[in-house]
Amino acid sequence: MNALPPASGCASELATLERAPILRERGQREVFCGLTGIIWLHRKMQDAFFLVVGSRTCAHLLQSAAGVMIFAEPRFATAIMEERDLAGMVDAQDELDRVVTKLLARRPDIKTLFLVGSCPSEVIKLDLAKAAERLGTKYNSSVRILNYSGSGIETTFTQGEDACLASLVPEMPAGDPNGEKELLIVGSLPDIVEDQFMRLFDQIGIKRVGALPARQASDLPNLGPQTRYLLAQPFLAETAMALEARGAQRLDALFPFGAEGTTAWLQAAAREFGIDEMHFNSVIAGPRERAKRAIEHSAAQLNGKRISFLPDSQLEVPLARFLNQELGMEPVEIGTPYLHRTHLARELELLPQSARLSEGQHVDRQLDRVREDKPDLTVCGLGLANPLEAEGFATKWAIELVFSPIHGFEQAGDLAELFARPLRRRDVLRV
Amino acid sequence: MQLSVWTYEGPPHVGAMRVATAMEGMHYLLHAPQGDTYADLLFTMIERRGKRPPVTYTTFEARDLGKDTAHLFQDAARDAAARFQPQAMMVGASCTAELIQDDPAGLSEAMDLPCPVIPLELPSYQRKENWGAAESFYQIVRTLADRKVERAPREGRRPLVNLLGPTALGFRHRDDLVEIRKILDALGVDIHLEAPLGASPQDITQIGAADFNIVLYPEIGDEAARWLEREFGQPAVRTVPIGVSATRAFIAEVAELAEVDPTSALGDDSARMPWWSRSVDSNYLTGKRVFIFGDATHAVAAAKIAHEELGFKVCGLGCYNREFARDIRAAAKLYDVEPLITDDHMAVEDAIMAVQPELVLGTQMERHIAKRLGMPCAVISSPVHVQDFPARHSPQMGFEGANVIFDTWVHPLVMGLEEHLLTMFRDDFEFSDDAGPSHHAAHAPKMPQASTPTQSAEPEAPAPTIAPVEAANDTIWTAEAERELKKIPFFVRGKARRNTENFAADQGRFEIDLDTLYDAKAHYAR
Repeated sequence: MNALPPASGCASELATLERAPILRERGQREVFCGLTGIIWLHRKMQDAFFLVVGSRTCAHLLQSAAGVMIFAEPRFATAIMEERDLAGMVDAQDELDRVVTKLLARRPDIKTLFLVGSCPSEVIKLDLAKAAERLGTKYNSSVRILNYSGSGIETTFTQGEDACLASLVPEMPAGDPNGEKELLIVGSLPDIVEDQFMRLFDQIGIKRVGALPARQASDLPNLGPQTRYLLAQPFLAETAMALEARGAQRLDALFPFGAEGTTAWLQAAAREFGIDEMHFNSVIAGPRERAKRAIEHSAAQLNGKRISFLPDSQLEVPLARFLNQELGMEPVEIGTPYLHRTHLARELELLPQSARLSEGQHVDRQLDRVREDKPDLTVCGLGLANPLEAEGFATKWAIELVFSPIHGFEQAGDLAELFARPLRRRDVLRV
Repeated sequence: MQLSVWTYEGPPHVGAMRVATAMEGMHYLLHAPQGDTYADLLFTMIERRGKRPPVTYTTFEARDLGKDTAHLFQDAARDAAARFQPQAMMVGASCTAELIQDDPAGLSEAMDLPCPVIPLELPSYQRKENWGAAESFYQIVRTLADRKVERAPREGRRPLVNLLGPTALGFRHRDDLVEIRKILDALGVDIHLEAPLGASPQDITQIGAADFNIVLYPEIGDEAARWLEREFGQPAVRTVPIGVSATRAFIAEVAELAEVDPTSALGDDSARMPWWSRSVDSNYLTGKRVFIFGDATHAVAAAKIAHEELGFKVCGLGCYNREFARDIRAAAKLYDVEPLITDDHMAVEDAIMAVQPELVLGTQMERHIAKRLGMPCAVISSPVHVQDFPARHSPQMGFEGANVIFDTWVHPLVMGLEEHLLTMFRDDFEFSDDAGPSHHAAHAPKMPQASTPTQSAEPEAPAPTIAPVEAANDTIWTAEAERELKKIPFFVRGKARRNTENFAADQGRFEIDLDTLYDAKAHYAR
């Protein structure tokens, strides 16, 4: 890590100390639970199936959040617990075996099965780790069976992905601990974005690059002291700890949003791998310029506009930095479900002092602040968007930021456009 | 445990939310973990409501569990009462809170909240959304209705009626109400109360003042109606006015209870459906085989319309709400089909594939099944989808509702004249089988590909020289018979193939030649 400039440590603490204290709130949260991550994770890992052990509410959440996607036979389902499971009339573990057997018989293409814990399964302390171990033995080499919790009492929205990836870490092969350094990109990215990054790393001259999650869950990359990892997503606290417990080292960087964020992110790896600065610059010059040109399309619309983020995906801080740094937007409040001070240190340094940071949520008070602040654009969940629009506020659905490709140089313009569109639409409409 | 990929109904507390959200001045305090707030988006996105549902979620976390979730509940109750100042508050638990047994009813009672409280016990691991809505509405009525309210003497005033059942997120409830109001207006009957949609707790207190009730949506309103019958002696109209004859029967029933003349309402000349159905272009509808699935009320009504008013043949009938299975069984007997009572959409898909209907009437799930199988389809019932909240007026009830239903069901089918043209021009190069009917080309796949074993054997392009094709049940098609089969329009070809193969199997013929094909055609002629 010595190749890195010493920006992370004390400087960032100083920056956050000067800022008004972070507003910590406790109350009603208007967010999804961690189960929702299944919607993008099952598409990313094409040989994996996600079985939620939960209630009808869990099944209903998944189908409501997934919308039309559910009508194709998706690679996720819910084992709905019923009265007899709870009343002890049947052994829940036996029932789970029965359901898994039925499922795997119907879907022989499944290579990895995630048993996903939910609020009710956590509350009744249904031991899914034990179930995974037992079923793992039964299906031995044919299906790998893992478990994690996506429950709302433990995880907020994107933390479900964190828990899922952390459950994959023990499965990763060790590789050669004394071999050459390897780079690991952590956080699920749309395939097209992952491919773009892989091409760039290749051109930069970093040849040994893996991704977690891998497209085939049965094809996990190496992990060990030789591993240097870059977080592609800001919500992977637990995964990062699990990686570090196996000797991997995190490369501190901005998150790869916008031309600047993407440059800094790639550069962190380039420096660690001893790549010549000139060569690095020559590789990224083209795409970086392209990103800047694409962002420019939305600049006039967004420059000087005030924006508030309601807590949703933990992407709020890096996105606010991008919008401020590259588009001249003024962040009013940046709400996030959980603020990881270390992973976000560089992002926080770049935020203007005027931005109010809030962690956790009391939705009614937060909406009061939105009404008082009157931002030009409010980023919020689907439950709040139309009600705020009806009150006269322009909104951006936060969920689109999770489902759309927004990372990297080639998506920087699209990312800016996501924020510009609601404002442009308001200018266009005459009804 | 039940393995579920998709469910027709949400949990019962979502039913309670539909009631709370429909009302004015009501608030629902739901003891629930974070994440259960997903249900808000059903209302704000699917129904495009401009207000948040009036629901406060206590939002407990794992670390609260060992400590004091009850305290959290009480704080949230106090905050909600102060912030929203509701006229009444529903309190209850979602599936997770049910397990931690905090007793919302007892807790709120002990708090002495500044408004009436309606405690709800909705067993999440046994019951579902419709039941939850019905139970919530019943508890609201029971708790709030002022039992001292008496009906004024009938002389010198117009009859008064309550409309029971419409909720938020209801399938066309908004538009049905417009039609019902029109009918009642024509009859000279005044609406005392529409509930839960649009009613306040204050309004509910006066529910006993009406002369009788109309149960528009039995799944939601009947429980309350039965209590009102007992408590206030209010009789109920239970005919659901979906379809022309049901609308007429409804008008007659209302007129009788209201003691008014039904003529003006019956003579509504906006009822176009009977003539549309009798006009010659509709001849081709005769005997079309239709598969029907939905909530019991809409499914039973659809079967009656299909059979009596459009001349279809009901070849399958079912519902997902077990509570109303009896209605479906009774109706199924009328049409001589096996009733299908299930909440497993894969069982419904199997049933559809088995009967190969020419039209599927169902929920959004059956729409997708039908799309996959290349069958025409129309939606008749919740669960709702953003498309079920059209900007235009689009009722199911009343005479206008029947007009809407005629259009909605008939348009996906190949139109009468078009059917003839398809036969006449099927060999034209511009008019290949693959083109499909123009008006649903964008939706339907070209062919019902690989959807059933019998159809999967069907080659895409004509291949007259091809060797005999093997059929599903070990019979062999001669090349000549196969070519002849190709001349049959594509939208009935699958059925013709299946019928012929079944016929051949029954007759013990192992080879299907031209004679077998036409013998089968004669056998199945209707």
